[in-house]
Amino acid sequence: MKTRNLQATLDVLFNNTTKLFAFLVFGTLFGIMVTLLVGSLPALKAFGFHFFVSDAWNPVTIEFGALVPIFGTLVTAVIAMLIGVPVSFGIALFITEMCPAWIKRPLGIAIELLAGIPSIIYGMWGLFVFAPWFADHLEPWINTHMGGLPMIGSFFQGPPMGIGMLTAGFILAIMVIPFIASVMRDVFEVVPTLLKESAYGLGATTWEVVWNVVLPYTKIGVVGGIMLGLGRALGETMAVTFVIGNAHELSMSLLMPGNTISSALANEFTEAVGEVYTSSLITLGMTLFVITFIVLALAKLLLIKLATKEGKQS
Amino acid sequence: MRNFTRTLAGVIAAAGLAFSVTAHAVDITGAGATFPYPIYAKWAEAYNAKTGVKMNYQSIGSGGGIKQIQNKTVNFGASDKPLTQAELDKDGLMQFPTVVGGVVPVINIEGVSSGKLRLSGEVLANIFLKKITQWDDAAIKALNPGVALPSAAITVVHRSDGSGTTFVFVNYLSKVSEEWKTKVGADTAVSWPVGVGGKGNEGVASYVQRIKGAIGYVEFAYAKQNGLTYVAMQNKEGEFVKPGLPSFQAAAKYAEWDKAPGFYEIITNEPGKETWPISSATFILMHKVQENPAAGKEVLKFFNYGYTEGGKMAESLDYVPLPDNVVKLIESHWSTNMKGKDGSAVWQ
Repeated sequence: MKTRNLQATLDVLFNNTTKLFAFLVFGTLFGIMVTLLVGSLPALKAFGFHFFVSDAWNPVTIEFGALVPIFGTLVTAVIAMLIGVPVSFGIALFITEMCPAWIKRPLGIAIELLAGIPSIIYGMWGLFVFAPWFADHLEPWINTHMGGLPMIGSFFQGPPMGIGMLTAGFILAIMVIPFIASVMRDVFEVVPTLLKESAYGLGATTWEVVWNVVLPYTKIGVVGGIMLGLGRALGETMAVTFVIGNAHELSMSLLMPGNTISSALANEFTEAVGEVYTSSLITLGMTLFVITFIVLALAKLLLIKLATKEGKQS
Repeated sequence: MRNFTRTLAGVIAAAGLAFSVTAHAVDITGAGATFPYPIYAKWAEAYNAKTGVKMNYQSIGSGGGIKQIQNKTVNFGASDKPLTQAELDKDGLMQFPTVVGGVVPVINIEGVSSGKLRLSGEVLANIFLKKITQWDDAAIKALNPGVALPSAAITVVHRSDGSGTTFVFVNYLSKVSEEWKTKVGADTAVSWPVGVGGKGNEGVASYVQRIKGAIGYVEFAYAKQNGLTYVAMQNKEGEFVKPGLPSFQAAAKYAEWDKAPGFYEIITNEPGKETWPISSATFILMHKVQENPAAGKEVLKFFNYGYTEGGKMAESLDYVPLPDNVVKLIESHWSTNMKGKDGSAVWQ
């Protein structure tokens, strides 16, 4: 009798404790949204929605605009994804399909180690090693060969400083590759060998197997991994702040310095004196929150769309 | 059960004893300007060796220092930008200066060593206004006849965070360039017309060292310690001076502390043949009414130590210590203005 009552009480306790933890997550999310909204009110009252399209950033005359940080965040994240996704895909492919058995383990461990390096180390490496090399060797080449091209030339012109949006994009790419690669590798490995063997049996090449069998089977995991990487790229602070140049200027060229939301917050939040200044920074934070939310929503939509196409006759 | 209560009592007694012993040493905390951080750290070390009192200083920048003392999270705030009497009264603060130092422009041009390049205030302002963009511009060449200037672009480096060092620098630029004054103005953070931003004096120093053809501004101690190439500036009298203790001392002579309410004195662009034009005092902010008078007294004792026995340490780091008459003025300011909650003076 005693044991059964004890069991029942423990059950109720366990049930409610886990419910509490789950609701705590909702509560924290809600709390953050409310704090950000309340904090942004002074700036939104002062500038209205013009705040999001203005490229001003003047603490003296108290004029702020979010365009430059938003632009920088999106551009660096896009560069990071453009470079990072194909490379991660290649790495995951190599590990699962093509590499000899003796190298599989070490390579996997190396990727995990890369993922574990703190971001500030990447920032320091970027500033002390990558940026000088970039300024001396790669940027002059980019200037001469790509600066003159008709339409995209203006994206690649600028003084070879080594720091700028392109460098920040590269560093971010190096940071997200381990994340995306290890998620992709994990999902590629759980594809049933029966499916792959059947395809090989019909005479498919490795590439056809990967593109037509492995990827469709693992698309949820792959999109999830890419979103993980994108989330990291959007929010990355310390690595970016070292190499992006922290200039509140909107430039077409990728070689010029810019600013991202998290970098602006890291630099200016402790020092921001004045209600409107602090509130503008909080509004920037809220914007990043909203951008991440939109990105996640788009990812979900993409997955639903892909799922509806399953089973269709090709 | 009896054993348990006995052990518990014993543990509580021991803990109480331990806490009572450590309760005597009141540790003081401060936050703010990176400009005087080297000398405050040095004073703190010597003071701790002498009295056992620890002084913990976070160099988060002048704006951060002002914010933290307004929020009462630290015992004192430090700022290179002095607050006006109105701003002080709004938060019930008082301020006093500690040392005088200088901000120096630093460059990275191959073949040009420290003090070789000469700039005037006008030219410096025009570089930072993006009006002069190449090192071999006619205006720079006119001031430097014997120096081989490359035909390279100037990369301007400024601070990305709010800073008192910035305030001193742009205050000077506002005094020597009407265009700078109207277009940009002076504050701890401004809207820079051109350039990349480094975080802290360290960030600016690092960028200038790495980027060829860069020009930035740092506090003199950082320039000296990092071996950066500094510039000789033209002062109000038209003389080109190099930064250092003698030229900072020459600037400090002109501060009229007794006439300044709340010690609000900005000593950029002072007269004098030897004066360094971008000099500044750095200030401490404390609340007039001390909620913890013991801690307040400890802070004052620390700075008293700095004034009386820290002079040589300050000079070794190229800060100018304040003369005795100014120290007397400051300490009488403490006696009259700083009170505990009951109204009694904290400093006697």
